[in-house]
Amino acid sequence: MRRAAFYVVLAVAAATFLYPFLWMAATTFKSPAEVGALSLLPDQPTLDNYRLMWARAPFGRALLNSMLVATSVTLSVLVFGSAAAYSLARLRFPGRGILNAVTVAVLLVPAQLTLIPMYTLIVQLGWVDSYAALIVPFAFNATAILILRQFFLQVPRSLIDSARLDGMGELRILFTVFWPLSKAPLAMVGIITFMGAWNEVLWPLLVVRDEQLMTLPQLLTVFSLGGGAGPRQLATKLAAAMVLVVPVVVAYTFLQRYFIESMASTGIKG
Amino acid sequence: MHAEARSGLFLTAPYAVFLLLFSLFPIGFSVVLVVLKWDLVTAPSFAGLDNVQHLMADARFWQALVNTLVFLAVHLPLQIIVALTLAWALDRPLLLRAFWRAAFFLPVVISGAVVTILWSALYATDVGLINGLLARLDLGPVPWLTDPAIAMPAIAIMATWKNVGFYVVIYLAGLQSVPRSCHEAIELEGATAWQSFLHVTLPLLKPQTLLVVTLSTINGFQLFIEPYVLTGGGPLRRTLSVVLYMYRNAFSYQKMGYAATLGLALALIIAAVLVVQRRVIGSAEES
Repeated sequence: MRRAAFYVVLAVAAATFLYPFLWMAATTFKSPAEVGALSLLPDQPTLDNYRLMWARAPFGRALLNSMLVATSVTLSVLVFGSAAAYSLARLRFPGRGILNAVTVAVLLVPAQLTLIPMYTLIVQLGWVDSYAALIVPFAFNATAILILRQFFLQVPRSLIDSARLDGMGELRILFTVFWPLSKAPLAMVGIITFMGAWNEVLWPLLVVRDEQLMTLPQLLTVFSLGGGAGPRQLATKLAAAMVLVVPVVVAYTFLQRYFIESMASTGIKG
Repeated sequence: MHAEARSGLFLTAPYAVFLLLFSLFPIGFSVVLVVLKWDLVTAPSFAGLDNVQHLMADARFWQALVNTLVFLAVHLPLQIIVALTLAWALDRPLLLRAFWRAAFFLPVVISGAVVTILWSALYATDVGLINGLLARLDLGPVPWLTDPAIAMPAIAIMATWKNVGFYVVIYLAGLQSVPRSCHEAIELEGATAWQSFLHVTLPLLKPQTLLVVTLSTINGFQLFIEPYVLTGGGPLRRTLSVVLYMYRNAFSYQKMGYAATLGLALALIIAAVLVVQRRVIGSAEES
């Protein structure tokens, strides 16, 4: 009996986190008259909210922009970041000590401090309204480099030596010897980087003004500020939000263990 | 030059250039901007300490700081209590354990922009889900986002809902590392489960609590999209955050020097608050 009651309480707690998303999904299929209703099933399901949202703002384009930006940032952080991490971990070269120290030091600098100087830099470079502004400032990530470096330090020295004897260059050693051994940290870095880029909204709001270049969170924000607060507008905004949510929820459903472990163990949140 | 050194320089060169341009330069330039008046269109001019003096006398900046404190006063205790309770509930053999954990964690992976828009619908006075539920209990309607006294606590509740799953995972890992024997020892001496929690578990979870407080505080000072979308900083500027004010100074008023001054002040304030919190939580341990 006590056990059953415990599960009821747990279910109510879980519903607090899940039900709003279900209600949001349901509301996007409701007509304005039904938006305020608590029930999940609309009496007269309609796609009007989706039609309206799609017609009023370039959400398809924003979806592509978001995928392009998040994928580019993630690939860069993984490929170029692991090349840097590999060198910092396993190669002796002048300046390595300084580079390691700076990597740790920049982690301590709060983002608010560099936000405005970064913005002025992007303006001076003439990168306002460009993909470069959304990708290049995130092409490397000190946290990612430290995670990968830490892992690369544990790979046995003998593997490098024998690969070099086989005549392999450093890049080939990195990608054919180290990468296959580092799937877990690479997946972790990949997930947190992709999620960070996918969800970022303040930076795009600063450097992009052209609707055609906006990422999903930015377009969604601009779109929802533009509309009114009536039931029709509310349902349309929620329909727009679904474009951003559905891919994440699908990925999360299959990979939730990796999402949770990656984020919790690195202290990084979306 | 040695082949290994050459490879090392070659492979780290892009990263070194990146650090110079996108980390070290902005850090240095943040201090330079403080003494400049610059609209990004005309040439910057030297402004001495005008920006700093303006900051000291700027009622909006101080209001934004007070607002952040109001946010933290609601958010921190709520976050710790809810996270601890849910983690405690999950710290036992359970059916569907992974499901419960994943449910609590779901809002963490969803973009802040989405969560904010979703909650604008939940908080809506007339058609919102929360007032709809309250009406069933013959309560409300509560003007969640339009009452100056309620708006910031409402945002704090939303932020807790968004982030708490993350801290559940942190606390759960902490709880699982508390040895069973600790509880058995104190319970043998006649302590209740609650006393055992208070005197054994809670002190052992100090590192996790410090992490929760540190990260939640940083989050609190970074509040932006929530007031930007939900309230625009109103009503009566009671939800204006420092980052939102900084964004407006840069983007809407084209005051780069002043916006950077706000950023520098914010960074210093965050550092000071974190040091004080560390001291307070650390000294609680000794008493």
